[in-house]
Amino acid sequence: MIGGIDIIALIATLMAASTPVLLAATGELIAEKSGVLNLGVEGMMIMGAVGGFAAAVATGNPVLGFVAGAFAGAALAMIFALLTQVFLSNQVATGLALTLFGLGLSALIGKGYEGIRPPPTAKLDFGPLSDIPGLGQIFFRHDWVVYLSLLLVAATWYFLRKTRGGLILRAVGENHDAAHALGYRVIAVRFAALAFGGAMAGLGGAYLSLVRVPQWTEGMTAGAGWIALAIVVFASWRAERVLIGAYLFGGITALQLQLQAAEYSIPVHLLSMAPYLITIIVLVILSAIHRHGVQAAPASLGRSFHASS
Amino acid sequence: MIQLIKRPTPSKAWAWATPIIAVFATMIAGGILFAALGKNPFEAIRVIFWDPLFGSNAAYFRGQLLVKAGPLILIAAGLAVGFRAGIWNIGAEGQYIIGAICGASLALSVYPSESAWLFPAMVIVGALGGWLWGMIPALLKVTFGTSEILVSLMLVYVAENLLAYMAFGPLKNPEGFGFPGSRNLQQYPSAHNPELIAGTGAHWGVAAAIVAIIATYILMHRHIAGFRIRVAGEAPRAARFAGVVPARLVVFCLGLSGALAGLAGLFEVAGPSGQITDSFNAGYGFTAIIVAFLGRLHPIGILLAGLLMALTYIGGDMAQLMLQLPAAAIQVFQGMLLFFLLGFDVLTNYRIRIGKAQAA
Repeated sequence: MIGGIDIIALIATLMAASTPVLLAATGELIAEKSGVLNLGVEGMMIMGAVGGFAAAVATGNPVLGFVAGAFAGAALAMIFALLTQVFLSNQVATGLALTLFGLGLSALIGKGYEGIRPPPTAKLDFGPLSDIPGLGQIFFRHDWVVYLSLLLVAATWYFLRKTRGGLILRAVGENHDAAHALGYRVIAVRFAALAFGGAMAGLGGAYLSLVRVPQWTEGMTAGAGWIALAIVVFASWRAERVLIGAYLFGGITALQLQLQAAEYSIPVHLLSMAPYLITIIVLVILSAIHRHGVQAAPASLGRSFHASS
Repeated sequence: MIQLIKRPTPSKAWAWATPIIAVFATMIAGGILFAALGKNPFEAIRVIFWDPLFGSNAAYFRGQLLVKAGPLILIAAGLAVGFRAGIWNIGAEGQYIIGAICGASLALSVYPSESAWLFPAMVIVGALGGWLWGMIPALLKVTFGTSEILVSLMLVYVAENLLAYMAFGPLKNPEGFGFPGSRNLQQYPSAHNPELIAGTGAHWGVAAAIVAIIATYILMHRHIAGFRIRVAGEAPRAARFAGVVPARLVVFCLGLSGALAGLAGLFEVAGPSGQITDSFNAGYGFTAIIVAFLGRLHPIGILLAGLLMALTYIGGDMAQLMLQLPAAAIQVFQGMLLFFLLGFDVLTNYRIRIGKAQAA
C-alpha cells in the first residue's frame, strides 16, 4: 500500500483494463501494416460491445458472445473495405463515417439491453499458482480473454516478422504498386487485414461490455478505439511495442480508478481526463523523437490503390 | 468486366449529382431500416422529411430548422476549409464545448451585469476559447508533427470532462437547489442570445452562420489564400514549391475552425440551450463533419447540407414522438448518408467502363 493505493491490485487490474485497447490496437496494427488507415476503430469496438453483449445474453454463453462481437466488428470493417478499396473513397472520411454509424447503430440495437447483467466469463484455473502471494494475484487470476489477447499479440508479432504472409502484408503496405507488379493481390490482402482488424476491435469491445463494465450502456467505449489508434502510433507500428503501449495506458486507467476509489480530493471529472491527456503527451513525445528519425509508418498508409494508375 | 477509368479532371456534374443520389439511396436504405424496426417506411420518411416543412404543425418546426442548422453550418464552414487543405480537425465538438464554457463563465462571473457590452464580449471570448482549443493540436502538429486527428479528438473527451466538472462545480447555479447546471442565461437579459425575428428561430448564431458562409466563399473561391489552401490539399509538393508554408496553413485552418466551433457553442449556450449542463453538447461538432462532406466542402453546398441535416434532426424528433422511432435510428440514418455519399463519389473521379479489360 502506497498512499492508499494497493500496488498489487493495481497491477492485477492493469492487465484487465488494458485488454480492450490491446486487442483493438493489435488489429489496427495489421490493418495499418497493409497500408490502410481505418479510423473507424471506435465504431467497430462499440458494435463488438453491443453484438457480443446481445449474443451472450441471448445464448447465456459468453464465449459465443465474444465470437459474435468479433463478427460484428469484422462486418463493419467490411463496409469500410468495400468503400475504401472498391469505391476508392477517402480513408479518413470513411473511417469517421464508420465511427459515427457504429455509435448510432449500436445505440439502436442496444436499446433493450440496458440494465441487464451478462453471463459471467470464466476465470482460468491455475490451481496452486494463483495462490502465490503477489504474483498469483497479478498473473494467474484472470479470465481466459486476457491470456488470449497476449497470445494474439505474440501471434501477430510472429506473423509480421517470421512468415511469408507477413512479408507480403508489409510489402503491400510499403509500396502497393510494386506489390501489385509482383503479382500480389493488393485489394484481397487489404480486405483480409481489415477483416482481422475489425474482428479484433469487436473482440475488444465485447470484452468491455461482457467483462470490464460488465453491462451495456450507450457510447460505452468512450474513446477507447481512438486510444487504440494512438497506441499504434506510439508503438511505431511494432507488435511488441503495442503491448507496452496498451499496458502503459491500462496502468494509467487503473491508477485513475484507484485514485477515485481512494477518495483523494481531486474532482472525479478532472481525474477522468487523465487517460486522454496522457495519450496526447505520449503522442507528442513520440512524434518529437521521430521528427528527424526514420519514418516508422508504412509508406502507403492512407493512400488509395487503383491498379491502372 | 467492370472497370474504373480515372477521369483526367473530376466531373463537375457528378460532383453535384452524387449528394442528391446519396440522399435518395439513404432514404431507400433508411426505409428498409425503419421497416425492419416495424414501422411503415413511407410514413416514417414522410414524417421525417415532409411534415416538419409542410405538415400541420410546420410553423413551429420551421423555426426549429434554423436553430439546428445554425451551429451545424457555422462549424462545417470552418471544418471544410481545413479538410480542403488536408488538415483534419475532428475535434470540433471539443472546441464547441470550450467556446460555450468560456462565454458562459464570463457572463456568470459578472452576474448580474446589465452592461450592453456583455454579449459582444461573450462572443469574443467564446470564439477565443474555441480558437485556443484548436491551437493545441495545431501547435503540436507544427512543432512536433503530432497527428492533429488524434490530438483534436482526445481533446473532445478532455472538454467533455471539463464540461461535467464545470456543471457540477464552479459554474453550478448557487440558487439551483443543488441541481447540477449553471444559471439559465435565457433569464439573464444582457447575456441572452435572443430570437431576432419572432417565430423564425433565427438568433445571432444563425446570422453568424450566414456571415461565415459568405466569408468562406470569398476566401476559398475569390481569394489567393483559398487557392493556396486548395493546392496544398490536392498537391502538397506543388504547393511547397509555390511558397505555401504548411505550418502557417495548419495554424490558420485549425484556428479558424476552432473559433467558428467556439462561436457556435457560445451562441447555443446563450440562446436555445441557455444552460451549461453536463449533457449540453449535442454532437453538433461530429454531425458538422457529415455536413461538410455532404456539402462537397463548398460553402453553398454546406448551407444546403446544414439545412437538410437539421431537417433530419427535427424529423427524427417528430418520428420519435409520433412513431416511437428510437432516437438512435436517426443517427444511423445520418451515418448511412455519409457512407452512400463517399461510395457514390467514385463516379466523380472515375468513369465506369463495362466490357473487356484492356492492357494498360
